[in-house]
Amino acid sequence: MTALALKQDKSGLDIDFRGNHLIIDPSGCVYWPDEDTLVVSDLHLEKGSSLATRGILVPPYDTDATLDHLAEKLTSWQPKRVISLGDSFHDDGASTRLTGPSRARLMQMMKRRDWVWICGNHDPSPPESLGGMHASELYLGTLMFRHEPLMEFVPGEIAGHLHPCAKIRRRGKSVRRRCVAGDGNRMILPAFGAYTGGLDLKDPAYQGLFQQTSLKAWMLGLQNIYEIGADQLFG
Amino acid sequence: MLTFIIVSKPLINKCESAALSFHLPEPFANWFAGNGWQPRSHQLELLARVQAGQSVLLIAPTGAGKTLAGFLPSLVDLVDRPKPKPGAARHGIHTLYISPLKALAVDIKRNLETPVSEMALGVEIETRTGDTPVHRRQRQKLAPPQILLTTPEQVALLIAQKDAARFFDNLETVIFDELHSLVTSKRGHLLALGLARLRTFRPGLKTIGLSATVAEPDELRRWLVKQPPQGEIALSELIHLEGGAKPEITILKSSERIPWAGHSARYAMGEVYEAIKQHQTTLLFVNTRSQAELLFQALWNINEDTLPIALHHGSLDVGQRRQVEEAMSNNQLRAVVATSTLDLGIDWGDVDLVVHVGAPKGASRLAQRIGRSNHRIDEPSRAILVPANRFEVMECQAALDANYLGAQDTPPLREGCLDVLVQHVLGSACSEPFDADELYDEITSSAPYAGLSRQMFDKAVEFVATGGYALKTYDRYAKIRKDDEGKWRLTHPRIAQQYRLNAGTIVEAPMLDVRLTRHRGKGGNVRGGPVLGKIEEAFIESLAPGDTFLFAGKTLRLEGIRENTCYVSNAPDTDAKIPYYAGGKFPLSTYLADKVREMLADPQRWKRLPDQVGEWLKIQKLKSILPKFDQLLIETFPRAERFYMVAYPFEGRLAHQTLGMLLTRRLERARARPLGFVATDYAIAIWGLRDFGLMFERGELSLAELYDEDMLGDDLESWLAESFLLKRTFRQCATISGLIERRHPGKEKSGRQMTVSSDLIYDVLRTHEPDHLLMQATRDDAAHGLLDIRRLGEMLFRIKDRIVHKRLDQISPLAVPIMLEIGKESIGSDAQEALLAEAAEELVEKNK
Repeated sequence: MTALALKQDKSGLDIDFRGNHLIIDPSGCVYWPDEDTLVVSDLHLEKGSSLATRGILVPPYDTDATLDHLAEKLTSWQPKRVISLGDSFHDDGASTRLTGPSRARLMQMMKRRDWVWICGNHDPSPPESLGGMHASELYLGTLMFRHEPLMEFVPGEIAGHLHPCAKIRRRGKSVRRRCVAGDGNRMILPAFGAYTGGLDLKDPAYQGLFQQTSLKAWMLGLQNIYEIGADQLFG
Repeated sequence: MLTFIIVSKPLINKCESAALSFHLPEPFANWFAGNGWQPRSHQLELLARVQAGQSVLLIAPTGAGKTLAGFLPSLVDLVDRPKPKPGAARHGIHTLYISPLKALAVDIKRNLETPVSEMALGVEIETRTGDTPVHRRQRQKLAPPQILLTTPEQVALLIAQKDAARFFDNLETVIFDELHSLVTSKRGHLLALGLARLRTFRPGLKTIGLSATVAEPDELRRWLVKQPPQGEIALSELIHLEGGAKPEITILKSSERIPWAGHSARYAMGEVYEAIKQHQTTLLFVNTRSQAELLFQALWNINEDTLPIALHHGSLDVGQRRQVEEAMSNNQLRAVVATSTLDLGIDWGDVDLVVHVGAPKGASRLAQRIGRSNHRIDEPSRAILVPANRFEVMECQAALDANYLGAQDTPPLREGCLDVLVQHVLGSACSEPFDADELYDEITSSAPYAGLSRQMFDKAVEFVATGGYALKTYDRYAKIRKDDEGKWRLTHPRIAQQYRLNAGTIVEAPMLDVRLTRHRGKGGNVRGGPVLGKIEEAFIESLAPGDTFLFAGKTLRLEGIRENTCYVSNAPDTDAKIPYYAGGKFPLSTYLADKVREMLADPQRWKRLPDQVGEWLKIQKLKSILPKFDQLLIETFPRAERFYMVAYPFEGRLAHQTLGMLLTRRLERARARPLGFVATDYAIAIWGLRDFGLMFERGELSLAELYDEDMLGDDLESWLAESFLLKRTFRQCATISGLIERRHPGKEKSGRQMTVSSDLIYDVLRTHEPDHLLMQATRDDAAHGLLDIRRLGEMLFRIKDRIVHKRLDQISPLAVPIMLEIGKESIGSDAQEALLAEAAEELVEKNK
């Protein structure tokens, strides 16, 4: 991986992943120019209303907020294909709770694009009514897309599920941010949804997924992306 | 049986001196006589007024027998009642006593039991706090004592019970201790609503407020009684007892050099230790828990005579705190280092010296703390103030003048907060279905909510029901719903359980248990060991295993964190990192700030200050300017390739922080290229790449415009939008309002998919419904609390046309303290980005 040989501009950070040129967007999605494809993970649409069913009445605007954000990214990258890496919907009932306007907006975004819904553990069968392609795994060129990273060695795997976050400490202060994590063989994208939290890269859940010596965290800043080495991580 | 007629004696002031009759049964009269005492006239007047069915505010100095006065009417009434026959139904609670502190409830029980057993009154007295075991709390619901000593949180829980009305149907009197301290917070708001509810249960309820001297007694008198509708004001009776011996307060006359900055007061430890040795029992007060740890450590290091010195602060394990309190009341200790957990009303018997380390920050707080020594009204309290730096010397002198003058600077009371209101509305529904009109009338009969509009109340009910969002998608998940009779009713019993877990208004930062274990070395398993107390998770998370810190009077090494416990081992003889606690820092009070500015402007008054401080001010006068009382001094000077602007508003750290944020924005817009700022209680320093002073002189930048009040308009709005301080405030409001659930031990790991962080909710709500009730509550809070916008506004108004600018070619004496603070500040979003960039650069360097 020769990330820093390539220049970072306002729209993202260029990296090389197994011979493929990818651009990490500061929002945490990844654009693949050669395939004109945008990859986004863990939208968790309708998480708010899911909590509401349990009496936690958080603002019902998370779906709108997530879609606003996604629309912005579609406008700036204009991708021909979108891969949503699973857990796009927070639960099975999410698509029925989706309000009319939200649904219409989502379908508008999907128009004139190849849209791939990868199945996740929250949405093992994403709603058929929205259209798009459904898959549990997708192979494109030398890359493979799925929701949960596999424990065995699958070079070129791009996954989500874990909501990676990284933490550094400097001068007695710590900073924690969502991040894209990768070791040259595998890449895990952070959650994109408005109500999704994160899980620290130091958590045991990541054990065995990355080669520690080559692990990098691309921490998402306000406008920039910061490449951090595994030995700089804290927690 | 005796019946007296008393006429108020001159000792009692400010109350109608009408003839009052009271009735004091024989056992009481005998008990007073047997001890060689006479009931004091304010005790008898209070008795008479309560017996006449009145509610009363008693203002009296410490040591005036306030507690006995408060309980006397209830004890007399209970003794006069016929004893229930064995096996008959029990009578229930007769008197509720509510104190702001758990320790105070325990202490009062101890003090009350003596007269009760000496007079053989047979009155049942019990405490009920968060520390009371569950089985006893359950038993208390079935078989309540006659007098229950409790806290505001427990009252909220008791009135939200299903059979609350029946539980309280014998209630006659509610006593509020330390009322002046209760009413200033959200706890006070919740308690006021609870009181309104109790009055609905028992319309003839009498209230007694016990208070130290306050600036506005009428605010407390209002608080105690039912407020009539339509803006009329009702007041309780008032008994105001003045006097008490004047305290003897001195500022430590140190022969050591007083430092420019810092808060440790290490320089004075030898002298403080000497003072401890010369007295029987000393109470040492500090402002923060970390200062308490530091001071304790420093004293212990020089404790050659191994005097019994103890440490007491709110993070320590309950058992340890109780031990210290016991030892203290048995006179086994020579000194206790304490924070505010101890500074309210607890009777410590033989304390003969109070040492206050660091500036007291408020004159009222100082008076309260000094009241701890010599708890007898006719003997003067003795106190020594130990300023930690030179500005604090002035502040201490100002506080000292104020205490002699009897000045009071308690903050003005706020209107009732909305997050507390919605909590109470849900609590009401948990108790029984409510009628909106009735509940509105009840709520507006409490003083803090007397001005609540019906529209706002309806919004609060909507919030409880469905979240109160403009987008009505949650109707089917409503928590409360109108039934056929038009009453709001819980939709599920589960909601009452949730309420009980989340009630209360104290939102603490997430805490971890601290457990002592043995040092295992790398890779060793940690487990077991005694609990030392609790510590902020955010602090521990910034440590790595092996790092050391001070806690519970020990130097500890972090071994590891497992779930909600942090394991530590003893690390003797090492220098420790200092625990940083977010809470516990009070800003300088407006009143003291005024006094400090007065002193600064008046060289005559410097004579009272230590020579080195007087010298410092003289040199300032020589090298720069000393501002007049009503002026704002601004100094500009270059230093190490940067340009500085230092302003001295003396308005407290919070208001200064807000000012700093807003000024940097304005300077940025004016292309003055500011880089950062730091704020203390006294001053603010901003630095940048362009010469601010030159810009002012050339007219490129106008001071008047820079400091114009209009910064509280658009600049404030746009800064608030991204402020992490506001997120912290929002978290509190969201928790109190019940929007998000409190974290409970053992439930933290219930899964990241199941919860949402309040920061994320804030971002979404701010963009999509900025006028939501919770956003309003957050902005109100910020204006009064973390951002202190109210005070900043008053300052900007005050200094209009009174700014004096001095351009210097080097740092001024007055600027030295704040310049030393640079680099110690906490971290904002820009600073975070800088740290990330630094880390990324480091990686590049390594790979070269």
